Amino acid sequence: MATTKVALEPNTPTAALSAKLRVNKVNMTFNRDGQRLSVLDNIDLEVADGEFVCILGPSGCGKSTLLSAIAGFLTPTSGQITIDGEAVRGPDPRRIFVFQERGVFPWLTVAGNIGFGLAKLKRAERTERVQRYIQMVGLEGFEKSYPHELSGGMKQRVEVARALAVNPDILFLDEPFGALDSITRMVMRGELLRIWEAERKTILFVTHDIDEAVQLADRVVVMSARPGRIQQIVPIDIAHPRDISSPHYLELRDGILNQIGLAHHL
Amino acid sequence: MSALAEPRKWERYAWPVVATVLFLAFWHYAVLLTATKIFPSPAEVERGFVELMREGVLYRDVLDSIRRVAIGFFAAVALGIPLGLLFGWYPAINQVVNPVVQVLRPISPIAWIPVAIIFFGVGDYAAIFLVFLGAFFPIVVTCVAAVGDVPLIYRRAGRNFGLTPARILSRVVFPAALPQILVSLRVALGIGWLVVVAGEMIAVTSGLGFLIIDSRNSGKRYDLVVGAMILIGVIGLVLDTLFRRLEKIKPVRWGFRDEF
Repeated sequence: MATTKVALEPNTPTAALSAKLRVNKVNMTFNRDGQRLSVLDNIDLEVADGEFVCILGPSGCGKSTLLSAIAGFLTPTSGQITIDGEAVRGPDPRRIFVFQERGVFPWLTVAGNIGFGLAKLKRAERTERVQRYIQMVGLEGFEKSYPHELSGGMKQRVEVARALAVNPDILFLDEPFGALDSITRMVMRGELLRIWEAERKTILFVTHDIDEAVQLADRVVVMSARPGRIQQIVPIDIAHPRDISSPHYLELRDGILNQIGLAHHL
Repeated sequence: MSALAEPRKWERYAWPVVATVLFLAFWHYAVLLTATKIFPSPAEVERGFVELMREGVLYRDVLDSIRRVAIGFFAAVALGIPLGLLFGWYPAINQVVNPVVQVLRPISPIAWIPVAIIFFGVGDYAAIFLVFLGAFFPIVVTCVAAVGDVPLIYRRAGRNFGLTPARILSRVVFPAALPQILVSLRVALGIGWLVVVAGEMIAVTSGLGFLIIDSRNSGKRYDLVVGAMILIGVIGLVLDTLFRRLEKIKPVRWGFRDEF
């Protein structure tokens, strides 16, 4: 893999007109102990169809709140969120939120979980779809297993497959690999990229891991804390698969480290 | 042996047997040493027991008691679980109903006996009603709490996949709460078994409770009283053991501590 700068990928947004998702001057304030707490401050963001965007920031910067608002679980105090030109009024099966592996239903088998959103399909069609996504996430042979019999990484695969099975346009992932060990986390990133390249969903991925963001995203949205603001949006102009020891990768990563205000040496 | 050590297989059976033998020996010598004329020795209880079995009364009494518990318990389950889920799901309803539940709950079913007899007369229904009361409140109260304990992310996932509120209740909230509900059913069954004995002493003329009170009143047959008591304990243990098997089935297994 060449280590020099690579031209912008086609799915890097250039024209705002083609935006799939638009966050317009969104503010969010919570009342805590009678005090107004500003969690999101004037957030503007556009995401193109098929784009992979990472929202990066320290814990408590409001990145999960922002994702929950975009997914329709929370209503912003002010501002607008539109998807395909339509205001978001609540959660919708066209865009699925993937929690950490804790979101898998422990009372259902792997196949039951993946087929959860497919109740409206005919039985044969449902079985076929479930099987396809079991294969896609590499869980063949575990169809009848229950989540408590699986490892953390396998549970996370189940949840991603459950989301993909309903064929959504957008996936929201909230620190999906945060609870996994570092080796499994690396494997899962590769898997997610493979799936994203196959299915071309729009992905919004919240993380506090700088390397994870730079490895995965077309663009990294860097947020700062209290109040949560977008500090900078960094395009990652490296084609996949990315060489994570290339000078340009390191340059981008260190740029973000500087942006967050962290020194290079511990 | 440390508290964490896994007991060996023979130990699991041997120690209960040793404990039982020691208990019977203590009982036997206590009766002997105090020279009591009233309290029976283990051997006398055993003889009384055999006599009851031969007359065929015991069998009928046991079945009557179990039948009353079964009907009262299943009525409490059939009514308690849906109501508990509903109250838990709609906090507004719960706010209205909860004060009433909290006042009725601490009233011992025994205190209801006179009222039960007014409602149903002396007979089966009064005893069944008492079992129902004893089982109903723990089920409702636990269901309300269990619904509240269902993690927000499960409910959000249900909404995200476009489920209607009724579907979220049946496909997400109920299965998520089921392990806790099962524990409450086990407690409720135990209470039902306690209550039926008390109810049978007053409201009916059959069952193990009646056997105890009847044995005492007609000739102070304390050998039969103690025999019936032991039988009540053994049946209670069997019911509880059978019920615990439900905790092993896979869709609820996750909610219970693993033993390995």
